[in-house]
Amino acid sequence: METTSRTFPANARAGLADAALQTSLARFQGGFQVKRAEAAGRLPEFEALRDEARAIKDHTLAHLDHYLERYEAQVTAAGGTVHWCETPADARETILSLCKETGARTVTKSKSMIAEEMALNPFLEEHGIEPIETDLGEYVVQLADERPSHIIAPAVHKTRDQVADLFHEKHSPLGLTRRLDRVEELVEEARHVLRPRYLAADVGITGANFLIAETGSSAVVTNEGNADLTQILPRVHIVIATLEKVVPTLEDATTIMRVLARSATGQEFSTYTTVSTGPRRPGDADGPEAYHVVLLDNGRSRMLGSEFRDVLRCIKCGACMNHCPVYGAVGGHAYGWVYPGPVGAVLTPNLIGLEEARHLPNASSFCGRCEEVCPMRIPLPAMMRTLREQEFSRRLGPAGMRAGIGAWAWLVRRPALYRLATGIAIRLLGAMGRRRGRFARLPLAGGWTDVRDMPAPEGATFHALWRKGRRA
Amino acid sequence: MPAAPRRVGLFVTCLVDLFRPTVGFAAAALLERAGCEVVVPAAQVCCGQPAYNSGDRADAKAIARDVIAAFEPFDATVAPSGSCAGMLKRHYPSLFAGDAAWEPRARALAERTFELVSFLVDECGMEEVDARREGRVTYHDSCSSLREMGVRAQPRRLLASVDGLKLEELSAPDVCCGFGGTFCVKYPDISGRMVADKARDIAATGAGTVLAADMGCLLNIAGRLSREGSAVEARHVAEVLAGMDDRPAIGRPARAR
Amino acid sequence: MSGPDARAAILGSVRRALGRGPLDEAARAALDERLARPAPNLVPARAALPQEERVALFTAMAEGVFATVDRVSGAAAVPGAVADYLAQQNLPPALAMAPDPALDAYPWADRPMLSIRRGAAEEADRVAVTGAVMGFAETGTLMMASGPEHPSTLNFLPETHVVVLPAERIGGSYEEGWAHLRAKGAEEGGEGGDGTGGFMPRTVNLVTGPSRTADIEQTITLGAHGPRRLHIVIVDGEAP
Repeated sequence: METTSRTFPANARAGLADAALQTSLARFQGGFQVKRAEAAGRLPEFEALRDEARAIKDHTLAHLDHYLERYEAQVTAAGGTVHWCETPADARETILSLCKETGARTVTKSKSMIAEEMALNPFLEEHGIEPIETDLGEYVVQLADERPSHIIAPAVHKTRDQVADLFHEKHSPLGLTRRLDRVEELVEEARHVLRPRYLAADVGITGANFLIAETGSSAVVTNEGNADLTQILPRVHIVIATLEKVVPTLEDATTIMRVLARSATGQEFSTYTTVSTGPRRPGDADGPEAYHVVLLDNGRSRMLGSEFRDVLRCIKCGACMNHCPVYGAVGGHAYGWVYPGPVGAVLTPNLIGLEEARHLPNASSFCGRCEEVCPMRIPLPAMMRTLREQEFSRRLGPAGMRAGIGAWAWLVRRPALYRLATGIAIRLLGAMGRRRGRFARLPLAGGWTDVRDMPAPEGATFHALWRKGRRA
Repeated sequence: MPAAPRRVGLFVTCLVDLFRPTVGFAAAALLERAGCEVVVPAAQVCCGQPAYNSGDRADAKAIARDVIAAFEPFDATVAPSGSCAGMLKRHYPSLFAGDAAWEPRARALAERTFELVSFLVDECGMEEVDARREGRVTYHDSCSSLREMGVRAQPRRLLASVDGLKLEELSAPDVCCGFGGTFCVKYPDISGRMVADKARDIAATGAGTVLAADMGCLLNIAGRLSREGSAVEARHVAEVLAGMDDRPAIGRPARAR
Repeated sequence: MSGPDARAAILGSVRRALGRGPLDEAARAALDERLARPAPNLVPARAALPQEERVALFTAMAEGVFATVDRVSGAAAVPGAVADYLAQQNLPPALAMAPDPALDAYPWADRPMLSIRRGAAEEADRVAVTGAVMGFAETGTLMMASGPEHPSTLNFLPETHVVVLPAERIGGSYEEGWAHLRAKGAEEGGEGGDGTGGFMPRTVNLVTGPSRTADIEQTITLGAHGPRRLHIVIVDGEAP
């Protein structure tokens, strides 16, 4: 997928200036935060489940080779096929050839961030295959020719009015010419439009929340049921997933499911959790005739051996972005690639390069809310700091900032000199600011004073006063 | 039930040193009232966070070594800031992880490092203060105090003992004000939006004063409030608890003498 | 790269990342033992209740996610309960029913107005009637397994899904469902619980309420793609 992560500051400004986006963001963050807190509060074991979920993933990652092999063997035993792919391009080609083998003309898709990583839709279109997004939010985003702005609520940046306009424009050629207003009507129209597409699709592509080594199953979680219609109606079901989705057993997946929906939307459990094992069986009246898993690495094995291993625990619940004040201010598109928010600030530099995405780990106040709510207890702020360390040591950041930090640190390590210098500066600033108590403009401090005043110092340093023996 | 007097090294913090010495004196006074002997080591400057959070690990470690050496002699190190205390307590040990010489020293310091208000309540057994302030105040939990240092109930408990003071809670006391150290100057648009949200939340409480326990947040919030022409004052919580809230609030003009 | 070479490359890369070669026999055996004897992790205490309270919790949780629940006494009451529900909802008395012997045992003929077709769902079907493997009180969740007796399309295509569930099949937590499937697999094919995975039906659906979406302005709307209505008829008394 194309990236605009490099221009994050400009993207962020555009997001801040977008009134409709701001309305959407304010509504969504408030709602999700309250719901998550309530769901967690209703389950006394919630914190203990987070610990267990983390331990399951850590155990799996430490033995990932073995569990992947077991998983593959079980998929094969159930009559399915695993296709190992190192890069997004490999995965795209594999999917295309599976579609071609089937003679596919249309492909239904349920939400998958991995499909975004490999920019699957434009690729299929180039090859004459029409991909149809079925998750309502993804459908909206596809109609608008945009990208998801959130990993579980892809169209969260759009207001109802915008969706109404979009449907009016795009559905009119289908004979649906009335502009709808109410959410229920919009949902109903999407249902109406998508139903025949489900029935006609040759191939259904779903993501996976879990791959289960014990049984060779894939599990996918939705509220709409779109992943189900996507996989049981077409002749071929293709699952796309990255390596770290594997867990050992059904019980292990179940433990993680208990924290997934609660963290994501504050639901006790998502409406549909579907565990799929191979193609349809003899005697089955429905279900796909073929079952393929496109198992993509795309940097995961490299991350496994790096200081970013823990982020592979991520179950893509979106809680970090639901609670992030920066995400809440700028929206998901500002991040410029597939994954927004705190987890995006860690994943994106790892997957597309720190040169492209160096802003993302910097654009955090390290407030720590993401780590606080992450069901898998991923130390996101610490990882963003590690990325800043890589940026610093590779000299990717602005030279001025680097020099400034260096000069400041040099001075800090010389307390006597520091006191002399700061003592003079503070006396000066104190005197200058005495009358108004604040500065509306200060040289070299535009970053501060563009949006707020700089309070004037009291006029002498604490250390100077303390040395003089002044006590309060 | 104040514990036995002990020697406390006051980690003043650079922002208190430079911008708001009053907070340092308030901290010293509160510690003395709690029965501590307060020492201010001259060799202290900054905890190193600006370097640490900018990815400059080498400078952060160099500064941390100086701080560790300066504060090792004390029974406790106390800072009127959750952020600086959090740097010593949570981050120094990981900075020196695997360093045979410095990791044990960093850990030893970390174990004895506290944020001021939680130290007074949890370690010194302070249950009330002898202070008076008429009117409604609101309280902003700094992210580091809340999430790194576990400070939430302690300042509220002491504020409840201030005569005449009524605490009005923010709707989102745990949401970042947008300071974030260098973040606020690297991404001023985002930071500005966050502090504007905070200012709106403060205004909605109807309180005349906002208190917090970190000068970073307070400079940011006070700067935004004055930029908006708000009449709400910003002060460090220690000023109120120590009864030193008679001088001009942060960012307010000095009174004519 | 994809295919067998990619498999080797990826597994090699994983092992390099883990700083080791392939696991030795003993380590592999220990992991396989974990797979062969899957044990529940922490199971919330919420649903560890006596049967009657479990049914009550199941009902409350299911209703909390917009399912409707009816409870009848005895198999004989089931056809009437289904017919009444359809009438109440102004739905046609035409059912696409799972070809499930357990459902056949209900006296549908007592309600001659009901027209019943057995098999997978078709596009025009408006009401599906199926059984369920189990219900879980923890979240009011139904477990349904695909097979000749339960085509999965019935769970998703028709806009109304009626599930007939004997009260005795309401368990506490999802783990009981996995154990049930393993035991059933062991009974039928000698597989299950032995790490072979052969006990899993093609599709296992855990269903918690009717289809919903909140993708537009976080407004919860039912019937996004799957059923708009999920009606659960809990049957007390001996299973037919």
